Amino acid sequence: MLSVTAMFFVGGIFAFLMRLELLTPEGDLFTSDTYNKLFTLHGIVMIFFFLIPSIPATLGNFILPIMLGAKDLAFPKINLLSWYLYMIGATFGIYVIVTGGVDTGWTFYTPFSTQYSNTHVFATTLGAFIVGFSSILTGLNFIVTTHRMRAPGLTWFRLPLFVWAIYATSMVMLLATPVLAITLVLLMIERVLHVGIFDPSLGGDPLLYQHLFWFYSHPAVYIMILPGMAVVSEVVAAFTRKKIFGYKFVAFSSLAIAFLGFLVWAHHMFVAGISVYAAMVFSFLTMLVAVPSAIKVFNWTATMYKASVSWQTPMLYVLGFIGLFTIGGVTGLFLGALGIDVHVTDSYFVVAHFHYIMVGGAVMAYLAGIHYWWPKITGRMYPEWWGRLAALLVFVGFNLTFFPQFIVGYVGMPRRYHAYAPEFQVLNVLSTAGATILAVGYVLPMIYLIWSLGWGRKAGPNPWGAVGLEWATSSPPPKDNFLETPVVKWEAYDYPAFLKAMGETQHV
Amino acid sequence: MKDAHDYSEHAPAHHITKLPVYFGVFIVLMVGTIVTVAASRVDLGWMNTPIALTIAVIKATLVILFFMHLVYSTRLTWIVVLASLLWLSLLFVLTFADYLTRAWLLY
Amino acid sequence: MSDVALHTEEHHPFLQHHFEDLGQQHEASTLGMWMFLATEILFFGGIFCAYTIYRIMYYEAFRAGAHHQNWKIGTANTAVLIGSSLTMALAVWAAQMSRRNLTVVMLILTLILGGVFIGVKAYEYSQHIHEGLFPGRLFTYVDEEHPELTKGVEMFMTFYFGMTGLHALHMVIGAGLLIWMIFRARRGDFGPEYYSPVEIMGLYWHFVDIVWIFLFPLLYLLH
Repeated sequence: MLSVTAMFFVGGIFAFLMRLELLTPEGDLFTSDTYNKLFTLHGIVMIFFFLIPSIPATLGNFILPIMLGAKDLAFPKINLLSWYLYMIGATFGIYVIVTGGVDTGWTFYTPFSTQYSNTHVFATTLGAFIVGFSSILTGLNFIVTTHRMRAPGLTWFRLPLFVWAIYATSMVMLLATPVLAITLVLLMIERVLHVGIFDPSLGGDPLLYQHLFWFYSHPAVYIMILPGMAVVSEVVAAFTRKKIFGYKFVAFSSLAIAFLGFLVWAHHMFVAGISVYAAMVFSFLTMLVAVPSAIKVFNWTATMYKASVSWQTPMLYVLGFIGLFTIGGVTGLFLGALGIDVHVTDSYFVVAHFHYIMVGGAVMAYLAGIHYWWPKITGRMYPEWWGRLAALLVFVGFNLTFFPQFIVGYVGMPRRYHAYAPEFQVLNVLSTAGATILAVGYVLPMIYLIWSLGWGRKAGPNPWGAVGLEWATSSPPPKDNFLETPVVKWEAYDYPAFLKAMGETQHV
Repeated sequence: MKDAHDYSEHAPAHHITKLPVYFGVFIVLMVGTIVTVAASRVDLGWMNTPIALTIAVIKATLVILFFMHLVYSTRLTWIVVLASLLWLSLLFVLTFADYLTRAWLLY
Repeated sequence: MSDVALHTEEHHPFLQHHFEDLGQQHEASTLGMWMFLATEILFFGGIFCAYTIYRIMYYEAFRAGAHHQNWKIGTANTAVLIGSSLTMALAVWAAQMSRRNLTVVMLILTLILGGVFIGVKAYEYSQHIHEGLFPGRLFTYVDEEHPELTKGVEMFMTFYFGMTGLHALHMVIGAGLLIWMIFRARRGDFGPEYYSPVEIMGLYWHFVDIVWIFLFPLLYLLH
């Protein structure tokens, strides 16, 4: 009983923390001396402490059991434990920020990180290790819950696509994170004992570190983007009032992305000295990932085709997601191609690419999800006009920030330097201006969402008129999510039937 | 994935392993250990390691199947075990796809 | 009153409120443990992968390094660990059969055998450190016959300590869990209806045993 209450608490604190952290790295813009530390901290905080836990831990914890018609996740205590672990890991992160930072880049590449860097590498890796443990436990909890806690009648193909995608995410968390954990353990051993597991001067092989690191960290990209796709599927269906086009394709493409995501890691290492043979294999495999991703985009757009789309805030974010994700994805193909990658590696082209996926994709979807389920979580509506304004600001600001980086990177500006050749200046100024707009766009929701907690319009159980179990209970839901265990007799996203039923009840 | 995990499956009959099975497996494990050690005392060239690992795999399989009751478990448990082994093999195969094709490593 | 109807169904004291019945709870918890073990497989898999690569790179040195292991002690310790797996399995059996005293005895035996294993391991560690084989600053060992192998021997010892150290850490955690299980078994918590904790404990303990089954030939028997 307590644990359910704690869950709401967990979700709330998480959401709040995320928002705080979302703001911190904006500091990169006005510094130069400590630039190394800044991009490192930006990367570590954003990836390990924000993007990876963002949607699964906040929305997933809350929405997943409701969508399954379950009273709670299978292991509420483990869930709470994973929150504590997250907090401990985050404490290490904050400790590092306060005491002087770390300058290795978020990847902790050896041997710099183990032998030469004098910053707080140990504490940072320990923090990342602990947070990794937290995400393993979260993934475990979600999978067991999905398998064992579904409501009667809720078969696999009646599950909302959100569940499918979160399930795929959890698989990745479960199977990839331990490899990162052992890699970081080896790194810590090396740093503390001064032995040469990954140090060539002591007989080790730094590329092995990169292999093991990217075995986790490339799939981790899918930990970040798959939940985004989860949110998009829900929102698209709700605001077009249609069944998702090709439900099974979308569902299985999530699993396909999760699986293929494991086969491509060495495309981060094309110029690092892996064998030509391996580089070709990995380049080919990288192309494969584009297939399920494209399936998703096509199916979402096909769903919207000839639909009466209602332009609410979550839908605006989602449209932003689809557009930006497509750009990010297509540039990803450039990078996956061996020849082009050698040209643009470590340039701003790469930076722009992954920001399009991470910020344009994952963060947009996160905001969409927050707005979509906000009434369900809090029982209050956010102000719609402000919501749309913020969505617009984020979209414009984002493109202004990162699109110039594609160009500047392609013509040769390298990443991770605080100074650059003067001919790149115009584009960089544009980028900085965009970032300012983006910042306003992010602060705005934080203000009006907090405002809406106290003064927002009361939301009914189903403010969007959407189907799905989460809209069948009150807002916010009771302690056990439902007053009695629901029985599911309908297919997912059966809007035609749902609208018909609505119409009939209104006539009566 | 077929819908094999119907709600009715939530209350499976708890299987109780017979004692002779436990003791039998234990004896096989002990014999396996002795054989491993004995084989390592004889110089078989490159064959030594494969033999030792084969015995280890057999021993591990026995432990998983009987001590850990996998034989009596649901299909889902099998999927979990096999999936983890599949992913482990991905890690090995793709990493070695690089290492074993690097010219400078072949001396 | 409806209250009466609600309480006619017997409510098992260990059924958590969010599960429908004990069967569902048992299924969920064992599945959870198997998944946790899947992550453990990949956790140890990473270090095994690294080990394999360096074993290929430093083939001779790894063989030289393994000569510093006492295979007799290793074999004896393997037997001890397999024995503890047997007693663990018997503890699960006893719990299923509602034989409370036997459950407790078997759990205690498992704990003792695990303790013996750790003790022997500690003895081996002290020997290695004494010989200057602990990697890093304490590494003073030089291979007299083949000085060029020294670096590879240090690599071997790094993996030796890393792998057995992680394994021993898992054993210590397992021992902690065992003590808790012994306490619960004595209290009479377990029976044919509810024995999931012992079962899960067993899964974990057997997994640690399996890791050792692979570590033993890879670290002790390279001759």
